[in-house]
Formats: sequence, structure tokens, C-alpha cells
Amino acid sequence: MTEPGLDDVQLQSRRFRMEREADWLKLEELLERVSSKSVTSLTDEEMVALPRVYRSTLSALSVARETSLDQNVIEYLESLCTRAYFFIYGSRSTLSERIISFLTVDWPAAVRAIWKETLIAALVTIAAALVAYGLVMNDADWFYSFMPAMFSDGRDPAATTESLRETLYSEGEGGLSVFATFLFTHNARVALFAFALGFAFGAPAIVLLAYNGFILGSFAALFASRGLGFELGGWLLIHGVTELFAIVIAGGAGMRVGWALANPGDMTRLAAASKAARASSLALAGVVIMLFIAGLLEGFARQLITDDGLRYAVATATGLFWGAYFYAYRTEARP
Amino acid sequence: MTATAANTETAPRKQERALITPEGVNLRIRLASAGERAAAFSIDVSIIAGALVVMTLLAALMGAAIGSAEFVGVVWLLMFFILRAFYFTLFELGPRAATPGKRLIGIRVAPRNGGRLRAEAIFVRNAMREIEVFLPLGFLASQGGDQVSGLIALSGFTWCAIFLFFPLFNRDRLRPGDIAAGTWVVQTPRRKLERDLAGGGERALSNFEFSTEQLDAYGVHELHVLEDVLRVRADETMAMIAERIRNKIKHVKKAGESDADFLDAYYTALRKRLETRLLYGVRRRDKFDER
Repeated sequence: MTEPGLDDVQLQSRRFRMEREADWLKLEELLERVSSKSVTSLTDEEMVALPRVYRSTLSALSVARETSLDQNVIEYLESLCTRAYFFIYGSRSTLSERIISFLTVDWPAAVRAIWKETLIAALVTIAAALVAYGLVMNDADWFYSFMPAMFSDGRDPAATTESLRETLYSEGEGGLSVFATFLFTHNARVALFAFALGFAFGAPAIVLLAYNGFILGSFAALFASRGLGFELGGWLLIHGVTELFAIVIAGGAGMRVGWALANPGDMTRLAAASKAARASSLALAGVVIMLFIAGLLEGFARQLITDDGLRYAVATATGLFWGAYFYAYRTEARP
Repeated sequence: MTATAANTETAPRKQERALITPEGVNLRIRLASAGERAAAFSIDVSIIAGALVVMTLLAALMGAAIGSAEFVGVVWLLMFFILRAFYFTLFELGPRAATPGKRLIGIRVAPRNGGRLRAEAIFVRNAMREIEVFLPLGFLASQGGDQVSGLIALSGFTWCAIFLFFPLFNRDRLRPGDIAAGTWVVQTPRRKLERDLAGGGERALSNFEFSTEQLDAYGVHELHVLEDVLRVRADETMAMIAERIRNKIKHVKKAGESDADFLDAYYTALRKRLETRLLYGVRRRDKFDER
């Protein structure tokens, strides 16, 4: 190639662009289509063409950076390549695929992975419940220390045995009551906090679990002292198996994060905590679903089923279901 | 054309981070600024609020139809929860990894270490939003009138302020959720491929002749400023710039020579000169660069 004279300028960078820009525009058009519609709007041929024009454009970017001083071309190529990179190496699975994979594999695997913490969380709750039970049994005044008035809703030591029995079998209003819905959103938030607060070395998560246990224990003591222990069990467990399990898992996830923060091993504290948070977060997403189911059980099943035996049967069934779903069926976690 | 801060490839732009593709090319992504993040968040919050208003009205209508105020309460609480818990997560789980607000601003979520954006990361970064934003807001909303409530409200406010400005206190503009999730928010600007200025310039150049000294008057920075001027093509600016360049390179304006033609021609000649030197490994940053 001879050096062109001034009256016959063909800039190298201009020639380069003229030769390559068809690929760039093709890539831009394909990206535009997949982002406005979906991947399925591409024909097979275009699917094959996409990585090719991507690599061609990417190499054009490298060349342009070294040889061209047309800043529009370079900025254009940078933005185009970045968008293409995120498409090609980013997640392409659709929302429904993600949800299916979550339900079948990722959720149980995530819960299994934190079984130790879940066990500790359960023990903390049980220990707190036992302590509160013992204290309230000895002196009914303890009840008021553990119980926010909002939750007891008239169910306190001042109530008569009859009215206590009443609360176990009639909810007053029908349907999924506002209170049940409130409880669900409340519990879901408690669970999210238990997890998010794991960053403070897990202590708030433990406090939250213990607090939950105290409420449980004092409730149990109050009803047991009136000879309503068995009935309360049915009332509580029909949805409580799911709900308590969910809160325990959330607390376990929070503890896992707090533990990683306190004992990061080879990583930096932040990296360790963030890794633990990511690993256990799917368990937490599941917790929200469990709480939703618990809310439904509380709102509907508990009101439709007033027979103690049936209530215990439902409680056992949900317990078996969750246990089997999380721990029995083993699939390989995603690599 | 004064030389401002070096605008070159060698000095990384502020907020620019390396993102090396598996093909080994550095994409030099730019992080979203705090302002862009805030704007996107405000848009999202407005959308959520709008959806809530619509839902409340619909629920109220249906509630009035079936005569149950409780129904309204249930629907409202559930909707509020679903929007709050899943709005951000579901949108960011999609292939665009951006909520409507982010998409409008032109930013998206990306993993800090490259690689794929995992569902876990999205979930974590949005679960943390719960303690960053909603928890303190809850404190603010649930206060009574006494002193303790005032203190709680104050601490809630302080908490909120700390998290609100958290992104301003680290270089990568991370909020706590981003730190936990290993993500950051990057710009995905859309640039149009404009016409090549050298096209018109080559035609104009046939009427001009520039000596090497005349072409060595400027560097890459000035070339890029000239490119911007030529793309906007405002007559007044062009006349002013043409005047300054003529003075600097001692070019005498010929009869019938238009400013646009002169600038097109000079741009092309300068770009050719600088690109040729670039091929030999010399990138002349600006007119002060003695190379």
C-alpha cells in the first residue's frame, strides 16, 4: 500500500471502520432485539452469529483503541461491547427457569448447608421457651415481662380459663384476617432482620430467636397452668411448625453470616461474611415462602379445623413435609 | 482550546474500573454515580407508591362491592409486602439486571468480580435494603409523642442517614447491600455510531494543504475537542475555533474558504498525522506534550 497523497487521503482508521462496521451494526441490532423482546426472538442463524459478531466487535475495540483517534467510534464500541458482554456472559435464564431451579434444587440445598446453625437456632429457641415456661409457671407476673400487649390480645393471666379456651377455637372474624396477614408480614420482616442483623456477629439473630422462644414459653405456661396445654399445642402447631421452622432457619442463616464474620478463615472478614450471606440467602428467600404458607394455615386451616386431633395431624404432616423436602431428598447443589 | 485535565486513554477516568472479558479485553466500565443511583431509586419508589395507590383504590372498590373493609386491609398489606420484598429482586433477576428506574437512568447491577450475576447476590443486596431503608423508616413512622419515641425516631433517622450516604464514603459507591452481595452498579450507556467526520473531511482536504509544523500544533486532546465541535456544528463556535486555529498555525484565510470546510479539512489532516504517529507508538496527549 503506497502512502496516499494529501489529495487522496484514506485514513487508516476510516478504512478500518468501513470494513468492520457491518458487524457492529449487526451486533447492535441483535442486542436491541433480545433486550426489547427475548432471546427466543432470534433465529438459529442469528444465535450462531451473535458470538461471532461479538468477538469481532471486541477485537475491533482493541484495534480502535490503539489506532483510531475517533472518540465516537471508541465510545460506541465500548458501550456496545459492554452490553454484549453482559448479555453473553450474564445470566440468560428466564425468571421461570430460575424459579423452578430454586424450588427443585437450590432452596433445599441452601437449607441443608446451614443445618448446624439451624440446629443451634432451634436449641436457642427451645432453651428460651423452657426458661420462660419455668418462670411463668412459678410466678405469673413474668408473663407481662415477656409478652408485648399487642400480641397477647387479651390472652394474659388475668383472663378466665373459659375465655382462654374460647380464643383457641374461634378467631372472631372469618377468612384470612387482617391480623393473620399482619402477622405474616411481621414475621417475614422479623426473619429478614434476623438475617440482615447477622452482620453484627450474629448476636441480634440469637437475641431475636431467644425473644421468640420467651413468648412461646410464656404462652405455653399460661395455658398449661389452666389445663389447656394440649389444646394450645394444636392451636399453635398447626401453623407453628411451618412458622417456627422458618424463623429458626432465618436465625440459622443470620448466625452463619455472623460466624463467618467472626471467624473468616483465610479470607478477609468482609469477603467471608459476604460469601456466607450469598450462600445462605436462598434459604432466606425460602423462609419468606414458608411464612406465607404459615400465614395461610393460620388464617384458613386453623379456623376451619377446630378438632385437636386433626390440628395435630396437620402439624405433623407439615413437619414431615418440610423435613423431607429439605433433608431427605438429596440433589447436587449447583456448582 | 485550553488544555484541561488530561483526557487520555492512559489516565483512567474517575469511576472507571477494569472489567477484563474472557477474551482478554478490558471493557473499562464506569460505575454509576451516587446521583444516578439516587435518581433510579427515587423513580422506583415512585413506581411502588403509584402501584400501591392504584392497588388501594382497586381494593377499596372491590371491598365496597363485597362490603368488607377487612378485605381491603388484607389486600393492601399483602400488596405492600410483595412490592417491598420482591419489586427490586424480581426485576434485577431478569436478564437486564435492572429495575425500571435503573433502566431509565441507564445503569445495571453487575458482579464485582466479573462472572455471572447469581440469584443469591440479587437476593442479598435487596434483603439488606430492609435494614438500610425500611427499618429506620418504620422507626420514624411508628413513633408516638413522648420522649422515648422521639429518641427512637432520632436514632432511626441517624441510622437512615448513615446508610443513605454510605455509598459516598467508599470509592466503588457501594451500599451495604452491594458489599454483602459482591455486586456493584455500573453504567450501560447507549452510544449511537455517528458518521465518520473524516469522510467529509477527506473531500474538504483536497482544497487545503497543511505542513507538518501546522499539524504538530495540537495533540489528541485538542483533536477530540475539535471532534465535539464538528459534531455539534454550531456556526458561532465553529467560526471562533476556526479563527483560533488559523492564528495558531498561521494559516491565511483564502477567498471563499468556509470555516466548516477549513475545520473539516484540518480535523482530518490532524487525525491522520496523530494516528500515523500512534502507529509508531507515540500518543501525543495535547499541545503541551513535547513529542
